[in-house]
Formats: sequence, C-alpha cells, structure tokens
Amino acid sequence: MTEHEQFAEDLALYALNTLEGEDRAHLEKHLATCTSCRMELEQLRGDGALLALSAVGPRPPQRARQRLLDAVAKEAAPTLSQKTRDDGAPTAVGTRRSWWGVLGWAATAAVLVLAASLWKENAALRQDVSSLRSLFGQQTVELEQARSVASAITNPAGERFTLVAVKTPPQPQGKAFYLRNRSNLVFVANNLPALPPQKAYELWLIPAQGAPIPAGVFKPDAHGSATVVNPPLPAGTEAKAFAITVENEAGATAPTMPIIMMGTGE
Amino acid sequence: MRSGDQSALAELYDRYSSVVYAVALRVLGDTGAAEDVLQEVFLQLWRNPGAFDAARGSLGAWLAVITRNRAIDALRRRRPETDIEDVIVSVAPDLAAQADRARAAEKVRGVLGSMPAPQRSALEMAYFEGMSHSEIANKTGEPLGTIKTRIRSGLMALRKAFQGG
Repeated sequence: MTEHEQFAEDLALYALNTLEGEDRAHLEKHLATCTSCRMELEQLRGDGALLALSAVGPRPPQRARQRLLDAVAKEAAPTLSQKTRDDGAPTAVGTRRSWWGVLGWAATAAVLVLAASLWKENAALRQDVSSLRSLFGQQTVELEQARSVASAITNPAGERFTLVAVKTPPQPQGKAFYLRNRSNLVFVANNLPALPPQKAYELWLIPAQGAPIPAGVFKPDAHGSATVVNPPLPAGTEAKAFAITVENEAGATAPTMPIIMMGTGE
Repeated sequence: MRSGDQSALAELYDRYSSVVYAVALRVLGDTGAAEDVLQEVFLQLWRNPGAFDAARGSLGAWLAVITRNRAIDALRRRRPETDIEDVIVSVAPDLAAQADRARAAEKVRGVLGSMPAPQRSALEMAYFEGMSHSEIANKTGEPLGTIKTRIRSGLMALRKAFQGG
C-alpha cells in the first residue's frame, strides 16, 4: 500500500470535515507537502458539492432576501482597513483571483484582451477601494466566462486539435504559460508517449538560480494529452526554462535524468 | 456605487439562494435556522468576495460546500471550523445555470438510488449530519473500516458519474 492509498480514505473524511484527532493532524502534515493529495482533496470536496445538490426543498422565504440586503446596507462603507487582512496583505477583489491561471494556448488571444483590461482595472482598484464592490458583480460574471474558456482546456471531455505544418509527423509538445509575480502556471501538453506502469511525468520549473522546482506530477490521457493548472510554487520564482522527466507516480523532489522535454522562454 | 454593489449581490442571491437554502434546510431541518445560515453565507461572500477563487472551481459548488460546512457547524453547535478562504472545491460539471444544476441533481439522485442502502446511508449521515465515521460505526454496529470505505467509494461513485461530460 502506498502512502497515498493509506491516506485515501482519511482524505474523504477530511473533505467532509469529520476527521478528528491524531488522524487529522497526521493527514494535515502530509497535505502540507503532497500536491496530489491536495488536488484529490479539492476533488473530494467537489464530489461532496454534487451530493449537496441532491438536497431539494422550498425556495427561501421572500423576507430572507430583504433581510440580507438590509444587513448589507447597514454595514459601513468599506474602508481600506476593513479590506486588509490581519497580516496586512490586501485582499482586494482580483488580486487573489488567478486570471492568468485560466490561460490556455487555444484561447490565449481572447483571454489576453480580457486579462489586460482586468489587470488595468485591478491596478485602479487598489487606488479606489470604493469601486471594489461595484466591480464584484461584473467580475463574477466575467470570471464565469473565463472559467468556461478554461474548461475547454482542462475538462477531460474537451477535444484537442494540434495544428502543425502539413506532412509533419505528430511530435510530443508542451506549452507552459507562467506569470511569475502571481506564481500562476498553466501547462498543456499533447502527443506524449504512454508511460510504464507506476510512472508519471513530472514538470519542473528550472529557476535562473538553484535547483529545479517540482511543478506538478501528471499522466497523459489515452491520446497523450495532459494539463497542469496552478501547481503550488514558491512566490516570484524567475523561470529560466521548464522541463519534463519521468518519475514514480508519487513524484520526486529532484528530477531523475534524463530530461525528456525542455523549453526556455520565448 | 453602493446601490450598484448591492444589486450585484442581489443578482448572485437570486441565482444561488435556492441551492444554499436547500442545503442548509436539508442539514438543519428547520426553516429559521436554515434562513440564518443562508444569511450568513451571503454576508460572508459580501464581506470577502475574494475568498472564492474562480480559477479553481464553480461558485455554485463552492457555495454548496461552504453552506454545508456552516450548517453542520450550526447543527453540532460548534464554532465555524474552517476559514472559507481555505476551501477550494474542484468539480467537473458547470453549475452556474439553474438548468445545469437541475440536470446534475437528477444525475446525483440517480447515483444515490443505485447505491446499496448501507452505503448511501453512511454517506448521507457523514455529509448531511456531519457524523464522524466512529459515530456512524457506533450507530450501525459496523466496523470502522467498512464505514470509511463506504464514504469514500460513495463520493467516488458520484465523481465517476460526471467524468467524461
């Protein structure tokens, strides 16, 4: 039994907030260092969300809507201090949201236009906290649009088409989009060779200085396609290149040679 | 500005309040308590809209999870356990439109209906009553390991039903 299998059932209980005591502490320690278990946790919460949808019942009473709007109206106008976390980090709308995290190469142009305009808006927002609230609704709508763009890339049901010069045999390809100051990374690959059992591909960020940094373990689908979205990365790391190696399924902390694919910034 | 803000929140409320209320009511079984959770969840979203990270999932799914957790906290009369900013929810179907949610809910009910009764029961006790696996094992007289397995495999069955579109 691998370490991940050992945690699998506890992870389900943890996702439902019902794991307690030593088991919880033990799992939290593991989660702090294990990307694949963190991703599985997010999935398990999503499975729980589906279960929640099975709840049916009457609509909320009409007074509940007015009660909420009255409560909101009563709250003082937001000030900068209210929008600042205890650690002093601003929590402005948009600074936390990962606009670049939804980039995919198939939709780069469209999203770039959107992202550029929002980036500009976000910069202005920091100067004008009062406008935060009005942008909230608009951004939520736009975020949902951006999500639909992202799902074309990340949804397993999405179809992929790779265009190359005619009469060129299919080659393994990978494309990484990286936004350093937000540690956002989207990686999309196709035509990857099938892996031996118990093995996975691992993406590495090769920094300008220092050792390669793990940037996600992944397995391609039956067509050789794979996507990695926003793996945990140290903040602000300058990337000289990205590389791929073959590792054990659990991933490695240092790349096992040989590097099978590599690319530097364009 | 303020009135514009409030209308944005009202729009989200109109879109998602039925889901939030249904989940809270399912857990709490009391309309007044469910209404309190409904109010609390939307106020949290209002006060901290950045807590939801849209790059990682759908708002509908996130609200469902936040609501379930808050309702369980209320049911078990304990202080809110998790910071909403720490809750990331990854889900395959798009749940933004009422029609999408209705379709997904129908599928979920189908999966639940086809589960063996003890498995469905363990899953629902854990999810909608917030019971730990040891509490469920005590209640049903079954081994702890069996309960753990039933809960996980129940969740996996739901996931599988939505994979591949």
